[in-house]
Amino acid sequence: MLLKVRGLSKSFDGLQAVSGVDFDLPQGEVRALIGPNGAGKTTLVGMICGRIAPTSGTVTFDGEDITRLPAHKRILKGMAYTFQITSIFPRLPVQENVALAARRRLQGRAVEAAAAEALGRVGLKAQADEDAGNLSYGHQRLLEIAMGLVQAPRLLILDEPTQGLSEGEIEAFKALIRALAGETTILLIEHNMKVVMETADTVSVLNFGEMLAEGTPQQIHENADVQAAYLGTG
Amino acid sequence: MSMGGRVLGLHLGLLVVLFALQFVLPAYHHGNIARIMVLASYAVGYNILFGYTGLLSLGHALFFAAGMYGMGLTIQHAGFTPAPALIAGILAGALVAGGLALLALRTSGVAFMIVTLMFAQAGYLTILYFGEYTRGDEGFVIQQAQRVLWGIDLSDPTARYFAAWGLFSVCFLLSLWLVQSRFGRTLIAIRENEERVRMLGYDTYAHKLGAMVVSGTISAAAGAFYGLLFGYAGATFGSVQYSIFPLLWVLLGGAGTVLGPFVGTLFMFYLIDLSSGVTSAYMLIAGVALVLLTLFAPQGLTGEVRRRLWKGLP
Amino acid sequence: MEFGPHLILATLEGAVTAAVLALTAVGLSLVFGVMRVVNIAHGEFYMLGAVIAWYVAQMLGGHPALGFVAALVIAPLVVGALAAAADVTILKRIEYDPERTIVATIGLLYIIQQLTLMTYGPEARPVEAPFSGRIELPWFDWFETLFGMAQPWGWSITSYKLFVIFAAGAVLCGVWAMMARTRIGLLMRATQADRDMALAFGIPVERVYALVFGIGAGLAALGAVLIVPIQQAHYLMGVEPLLLAFIVVIIGGLGSLPGTVLAALFIGLSDGIISVFFSPTLAKILATLLVGLVLVFRPQGLFGTRTA
Repeated sequence: MLLKVRGLSKSFDGLQAVSGVDFDLPQGEVRALIGPNGAGKTTLVGMICGRIAPTSGTVTFDGEDITRLPAHKRILKGMAYTFQITSIFPRLPVQENVALAARRRLQGRAVEAAAAEALGRVGLKAQADEDAGNLSYGHQRLLEIAMGLVQAPRLLILDEPTQGLSEGEIEAFKALIRALAGETTILLIEHNMKVVMETADTVSVLNFGEMLAEGTPQQIHENADVQAAYLGTG
Repeated sequence: MSMGGRVLGLHLGLLVVLFALQFVLPAYHHGNIARIMVLASYAVGYNILFGYTGLLSLGHALFFAAGMYGMGLTIQHAGFTPAPALIAGILAGALVAGGLALLALRTSGVAFMIVTLMFAQAGYLTILYFGEYTRGDEGFVIQQAQRVLWGIDLSDPTARYFAAWGLFSVCFLLSLWLVQSRFGRTLIAIRENEERVRMLGYDTYAHKLGAMVVSGTISAAAGAFYGLLFGYAGATFGSVQYSIFPLLWVLLGGAGTVLGPFVGTLFMFYLIDLSSGVTSAYMLIAGVALVLLTLFAPQGLTGEVRRRLWKGLP
Repeated sequence: MEFGPHLILATLEGAVTAAVLALTAVGLSLVFGVMRVVNIAHGEFYMLGAVIAWYVAQMLGGHPALGFVAALVIAPLVVGALAAAADVTILKRIEYDPERTIVATIGLLYIIQQLTLMTYGPEARPVEAPFSGRIELPWFDWFETLFGMAQPWGWSITSYKLFVIFAAGAVLCGVWAMMARTRIGLLMRATQADRDMALAFGIPVERVYALVFGIGAGLAALGAVLIVPIQQAHYLMGVEPLLLAFIVVIIGGLGSLPGTVLAALFIGLSDGIISVFFSPTLAKILATLLVGLVLVFRPQGLFGTRTA
């Protein structure tokens, strides 16, 4: 088990955003995390990668309790996180954006090679020398993913990566995830059910801060509770 | 020539020109340029924190004064010779910078500016409070006999010019190397988007701490040399005005460029020099420059060159 | 004369400092609260108030009260108008970016200060108080075996100082009433709470900003007019009030008006009391360190409550 979450809770000013979530993610799996708006997905992931301190509960990564570790140390242990709201270095060249992510584990020439490879995988090689801020929105999302890839993470956390992408870009993204599936473990927060159905091995559903269901995409698709949660009748 | 070659050529070229200038300059400007090189070293130090890391300090006079008094007081009261006194000044600056960084880096933005301002003001008042040793506002003169370093009399204009050039060269090349290094590139990234840098696995606090110590140490070195080369230490150098000056120089020359601090110091020094011949209210120039720069040229002179002509200029 | 009279006298002197400080600091706090910017030139607006008061008193001549009352009206209005103009021409154009605003107002500080030096000159000049009776303060004590009333030498306060305390109190009540009870106060509070929302509701945020910046500067000028019969008008007199106002605003909790007034009383009184017993430099060192540490460890201020 690569990632183990036990009893994880977070309350903001008495408001329970996430309560008592247990969650296991085996090595090599592509896991989708879905749920209605405000279900606590970003809070949960924020606690896993260390951006948000939990009120209670534990996070174990590769057998080690990392609950008390600051975010940057978790990243060094092999997590990579891409932001829901695009967070890049707009005034630096695209190449330097990716190189910054690569320099955590590589040195010298290897940095440039790894950056070029990651940009190639997301199809941004031609834009390497442009300032990142000049890229289109969709390309900035892809740059964000490249910054995740180049870290060669053991766990890649993607927070709503397809938000705002065009149809064509979503197709390319799905192909990318499928290609990555063998290499690394992926935790994917996603709204687009088509993407979830076609890429995820397993789906976890969060609702009102609690884990509602877990299963294959097919099982989740047919789950009455999940349907109720999404339609708002539960 | 390659990109890196051209950059190196330009920066080394400036040092060569400054070295050669001393043989042709008339005495008045010869003295001015020596002073400008020491003050520009101070600006180089300031630029590392403000221009490259994005932290606007209003308290760098504290570091400049720590260097100056660390040097001056050990000569005056502990009988140090110039070499160990300079080291004492630089160490004092590094310590003060580290201490202030530990406190001030718990804040950010406007609070960081005010915290640095307040601690620097406390430092300035402390200089006044211990007037028995520091002679307060009046300051004290470092005698010519106390300014002989390895047999060289630093009160001699030529020796002074060389020493100022040496200090500036070291600070200037150090900053050129630093901002292209792994550490420096991370600082630039912190300036652009700190949260992203943290989520790439960098300890941003440690990087900012390092930047502040390097910045403060260079500022202290400038302060120590200034006191030694010009033979005087006074509380004015710890006042708010001396925290504003490097900000002004760097803004004018171009924050976040290696050449900017020197360009800004050179221009502002001569602007104030010229206007102080006309009026005693010469700080008016500084005020007008600050307002105009924020309004119309936040990138500064070198920043504009980079934006329009030479994108890769470090 | 023993410890007791000393203390009461220091307290009264401190209350005068506190009263003027409260006016200056509330101006700074108002600007920070509504506009979220720090105005480093605030002390220079204070200085301008004093200098203008001197000019007005000179021009009118006659009974000192005439010039004083005129200055009380004219100085804050002129300074307020100048500040509003600075807001529109400079701060608005840099979009109230917090850091650039600080740099720009540092520039403004030097411009105002140096222009005053060029025109008004480096001399310190007094303005005569409108009235200056002394009020003898009674002190009760044991005289050998008898309990009685004494009036020790120097043991008095001018009636003008008492007037300063009451006038400042009245103005502060006025500011409070404006914020709490008037339409313009409502607009200011709405802008403070959520700028974008205020814009969406059609509040002319830009005009509110100019007005707030003007009122903030006007309050500093008013404080200076009140103090100028006690101190003197000088082109560097804005430095100290700026620092003190900062201390007060930060300790009081940034942008909180009641906290600011409370902190002004605390600092003003303790400044008066401390400087009787300690060296003023040491008192200032402690005060600046206190502010730095408050910002680091209790950014909501000593009297503020945590909001987030």
